[in-house]
Amino acid sequence: MQALYAQLLVGLINGSFYALLSLGLAVIFGMLNIINFAHGALYMMGAFCAYFLLNLAGIGYWPALIIAPIVVGIFGMILERTMLQWLSGLDHLYGLLLTFGIALIVQGVFQNYFGSSGLPYAIPDELKGGMNLGFMFLPIYRGWVVVFSLIVCLATWYLIEKTRLGANLRAATENPTLVRAFGINVPRMITLTYGLGVGLAALAGVLSAPINQVRPLMGADLIIVVFAVVVIGGMGSIMGSIITGFSLGVIEGLTKYFYPEASNTVVFVLMVLVLLVKPTGLTGRAA
Amino acid sequence: MKQKISALLFGTALTLAASGALAQDKTVKVGVLTDNSGLYSDLGGAGSTLAAQMAIEDSGLAAKGWKIDLISADHQNKPDIATTIARQWIDVEKVDIFMDVLNSGVALAVNNLVKEKNAVMINTGAATSDLTNAQCSPNTIHWVYDTYMLANSTGQALVKSGGDTWYFLTADYAFGHALERDTAAVVTKSGGKVIGNVRHPLNSSDFSSFLLQAQASKAKIVGMANAGGDTTNTIKQASEFGIVAGGQKLAGLLLFITDVHSLGLKVAQGLNFTETFYWDLNDDTRAFSKRFSERMKNKAMPSMVQAGVYSGLVHYFKTLDAMGGNPHDGIKVVEKMKAAPTDDPLFGKGTIRADGRKLHPAYLFEVKKPAESKGPWDYYKLIGTTPGDQAFRPLSESACPLVKK
Repeated sequence: MQALYAQLLVGLINGSFYALLSLGLAVIFGMLNIINFAHGALYMMGAFCAYFLLNLAGIGYWPALIIAPIVVGIFGMILERTMLQWLSGLDHLYGLLLTFGIALIVQGVFQNYFGSSGLPYAIPDELKGGMNLGFMFLPIYRGWVVVFSLIVCLATWYLIEKTRLGANLRAATENPTLVRAFGINVPRMITLTYGLGVGLAALAGVLSAPINQVRPLMGADLIIVVFAVVVIGGMGSIMGSIITGFSLGVIEGLTKYFYPEASNTVVFVLMVLVLLVKPTGLTGRAA
Repeated sequence: MKQKISALLFGTALTLAASGALAQDKTVKVGVLTDNSGLYSDLGGAGSTLAAQMAIEDSGLAAKGWKIDLISADHQNKPDIATTIARQWIDVEKVDIFMDVLNSGVALAVNNLVKEKNAVMINTGAATSDLTNAQCSPNTIHWVYDTYMLANSTGQALVKSGGDTWYFLTADYAFGHALERDTAAVVTKSGGKVIGNVRHPLNSSDFSSFLLQAQASKAKIVGMANAGGDTTNTIKQASEFGIVAGGQKLAGLLLFITDVHSLGLKVAQGLNFTETFYWDLNDDTRAFSKRFSERMKNKAMPSMVQAGVYSGLVHYFKTLDAMGGNPHDGIKVVEKMKAAPTDDPLFGKGTIRADGRKLHPAYLFEVKKPAESKGPWDYYKLIGTTPGDQAFRPLSESACPLVKK
């Protein structure tokens, strides 16, 4: 029983990465209608950004949590301005192929210079060590990841669903021409939204840098699972992707305990089941 | 008329065949089949191709009229892709010798094909000891290391120093299974006990669940039967979960210098493991590694897999030189290679056994503390050496049909 509690908690930790990443994807898909396959590469860039900040400029983990998402977010906005915006109105497939191509190029460039084994990034001193919870030894850093990503997820949800800015944004995706008539600069808002989604990916990258090696392929390994999370949660649904992210982490954790060999596939089995029963995803609305 | 023509054709064919036999065929093609983009690409990959290139340049065969071509491809750690490439290499590209071929699943698949097509494979990257046991082939030489040797050296040393209960964390494919099986056998034979195992999918990023299970087992040794990125992530996350601080010891059953480099000494210090090559062993290895590192894009020192590519080709080229030409009959070339003792700057003097096993010493290393390291890549302390004839599976235990008993 003790072991089960521990697995649940570990699942929650992984779930927080899924939630952060799928949230970014959901924001981008919901607002821009782009299936952002470059998300994994941008997540990786976030981690590398933290690594460079530490090793080239001596800037530590805490400032990196803010700087890296901004830097990578700006990179994302440049992508949106120079490439993605020309695809608006076309079939989803074009956006998917373009972002997939971008992901391959970015990963290829990083792999060319940094190899595949990755670079070390240490846990910040303030979060070193762990607590004995009785049923498991919880590294403090992991606890921090869960709490912090939960806060970020809820804040994003609040921003989009409950504020005036979010309302404008949602209106702009429904009917851009009408929203423009109210004097709102829709293209700029879309660029900023893409930047926000990308920034969330980069933030997840910084959070994961001390846990995993900073590797060029760290995003590629994760992105497919995250897409499954988005599909299960319902494409474009903010709350749906947060809840699915956390719960799939837990389910995966339990699989790692009961039948570890299947832990890489359980998410996809669930995805197939959900699509068969409810094609719009758990919380998705019919288009 | 018809008879005349066929007689004429037959005559021409005879003449052609005769002239072919007289003029020695001195062309040979080397194929480096490796992981160029995935989790093992740092320990093989472009470095293996570079090592092959250096071996070709250093062989001096070009001056003796040989024409040596080199090609390389990425098998993406997938046996089906690897066999497709290998088939094309043999049938279309006329590749004579396969080098590196890391990843045990890939190696076993390519092994069968190379045998069927009578080419040569010097495997320097795969770990599974089956390549020279039940699956041995007259066309294959297993050069650098294998799971039996790793288990024997690291496993025995750890049980002797008090680690008598083991829990395995195993990569779920041919290599992990072989390494776990061979190590468990050594542990049991030396008086230890295996109390459990967990198998994780290849190329996982999160090991916390598996580590918690290892922690709960209370085994003294957590044996990591995995490699590359899987091992580095396991080690990193094990320190996070306080596995070592809690009194358990991590055993890296297969670690490469590129893994230690990636982890950094702060995390990796104190780990014990076995390799058959280290750049800082002697003047010869240092000289080669310096030349190698200067030509690598990221200035990395050679791993034992990459060093093995160089060393294997040195012996191959010596054999070709002695044969004088016609290097396309795989079995014949490998027989000649087995007949001659090996001697090269990287692995020293050695021999190749009937089952295809190359013998050389195995070194037990300990990773230095950050304070002990004098500079980049100065990572290992040598703490024990097993001579070549004792390091690998004895022929008396071999299930290889090539071994006459």
